[in-house]
Amino acid sequence: MIWIAAGIAVWALGWWINSVLSHRPATRTTRLAVPLIFGLTLIFVWEAVVRGFAISPVLLPPPSMIAARFAASTAILWQDFVQTAIKGALSGYVIGCGTAFLTAIAVDRFDFLKRGLLPVGNFVAALPIIGMAPILVMWFGFDWQSKAAVVVVMVFFPMLVNTVQGLQDTDAMQRDLMRTYAAGYWKTLLKLRLPAAMPFIFNGLKIATTLALIGAIVAEFFGSPIQGMGFRISTSVGQLSMDLVWAEIVVAALAGSGFYGLVALIEKAMTFWHPSQRGRT
Amino acid sequence: MRNLLPILTVVAAIFVFWYAAAVVLNAPWAKDKAQRAGVELGFSELVSDTWSQDKPKLPAPHQVGAEIWKTTGAMVAKGRAFSKRSLIYHSWVTFSSTALGFLLGTALGIALAVGIVYNRTMDMSVMPWVIASQTIPILAIAPMIIVVLNAVGISGLLPKAMISMYLSFFPVVVGMVKGLRSPSGMQLDQMRTWHASSSQEFWRLRLPSSMPYLFTSLKIAMAASLVGAIVGELPTGAVAGLGARLLAGSYYGQTIQIWSALIMAATLAAILVALIGVLQRITLKKMGMAQ
Repeated sequence: MIWIAAGIAVWALGWWINSVLSHRPATRTTRLAVPLIFGLTLIFVWEAVVRGFAISPVLLPPPSMIAARFAASTAILWQDFVQTAIKGALSGYVIGCGTAFLTAIAVDRFDFLKRGLLPVGNFVAALPIIGMAPILVMWFGFDWQSKAAVVVVMVFFPMLVNTVQGLQDTDAMQRDLMRTYAAGYWKTLLKLRLPAAMPFIFNGLKIATTLALIGAIVAEFFGSPIQGMGFRISTSVGQLSMDLVWAEIVVAALAGSGFYGLVALIEKAMTFWHPSQRGRT
Repeated sequence: MRNLLPILTVVAAIFVFWYAAAVVLNAPWAKDKAQRAGVELGFSELVSDTWSQDKPKLPAPHQVGAEIWKTTGAMVAKGRAFSKRSLIYHSWVTFSSTALGFLLGTALGIALAVGIVYNRTMDMSVMPWVIASQTIPILAIAPMIIVVLNAVGISGLLPKAMISMYLSFFPVVVGMVKGLRSPSGMQLDQMRTWHASSSQEFWRLRLPSSMPYLFTSLKIAMAASLVGAIVGELPTGAVAGLGARLLAGSYYGQTIQIWSALIMAATLAAILVALIGVLQRITLKKMGMAQ
């Protein structure tokens, strides 16, 4: 009873602070503090609900238990992280985005290919590609190579479509200007069209970060060596040790947001000139 | 129409590549078999063998086509369209959880978007988390959600639909927030000079002008929802649905079955997205917004 009351009280308090903060002129601090307070109240309410209603930890472990488990099994979590995120997701991400980028530049030279490949690429990007996972696991074996292959297939088309679109983002006037400077194809590509395509390319890279982690984890459901985040999740669910599952999810969430944040930071540094990045402090 | 020829060329190139890849990938097994039988394989025999194996590494398109026909059209002809061996039945199972998750996700997304647009506190505290929620590889939770909900006694459609919902609400929130904020200051001022109440402003101005954004998001949400439903069928040893077919196929090495389930899923995705496209065209035409 006390826990439920505390939960309601904390929720009300958090919301009140936030509504006061958000009606003030927004500064950098409030823009950071408001979501942070919201997240903290959410975690506290979760804890309060689990304790207050005496929900079995098998169904939904309280955050404190997850945190304890996280601290106790960092070794396992790190090992899984290396196996899935670094070996599987990251290598696949680099290979997939790299080949998609090069393919896009090749495709861009031929208008015929571009008109044919863009609609097909858009169509394929909407398909449930994750279904390829069992096939690729069969082709490349159980270790991280097959996970990387799944990631390559998943990130390829969103990246390709975005890059091709980005390369078209210069207008005739700008290209004509390059011609008056007597710039050839490669010079125009390097000095004008690639920089202009950067916002699109980064959009593709950002979409690909989440796809990469999802691909690597889900591919492990179809067979993996005895480590890896997907493997740990599916076996721990079988053993009903939900706290370990949640700890893996925390790792996945941290890895996912960290990865995304990193790409967003690089984007900010490289496309500082773009209207969507200007005027932000 | 000027795009038709390039598209057909690309598709044809994919098929050629597919057939060639089938030869390369299946050749070792064919050669192995021939060697044990003590026969020398000519090129044409090798090719015809690689295109007609029982459990090929990569089945040729016509094998997949035949399998799909066997499990859909032929089943319908026999009057057993909904037997458990029919892909139509499995597609239906996947479709129903996709549709339920899509509807729930759209409802949640629109509700959140309205809250975010009309409540400053919600805008500042919820919106960052909505974005953060998508950087989390949520499909990883899929098995757990299903097990947990099963334990509470909720089984069947709803757990899978929850995963679809989680994946599909995000594009709707982002699109709707953009759409509801798309009326210009001029238009909002005009509403104010007419002394419109805030509910009138919502129903007469904001909601109609968000429609183009909504439909674009709905297409993405539908595709995401299907992925959610398929992955939701993977972990718990589900007995029905396209995801279950994929898993069963990978356990027993039935590559043709995996590919046919995959093609069915692709077809389903294409049909659903096209359906929303049609709906979009009709609605926007009726509202006088067609381009």
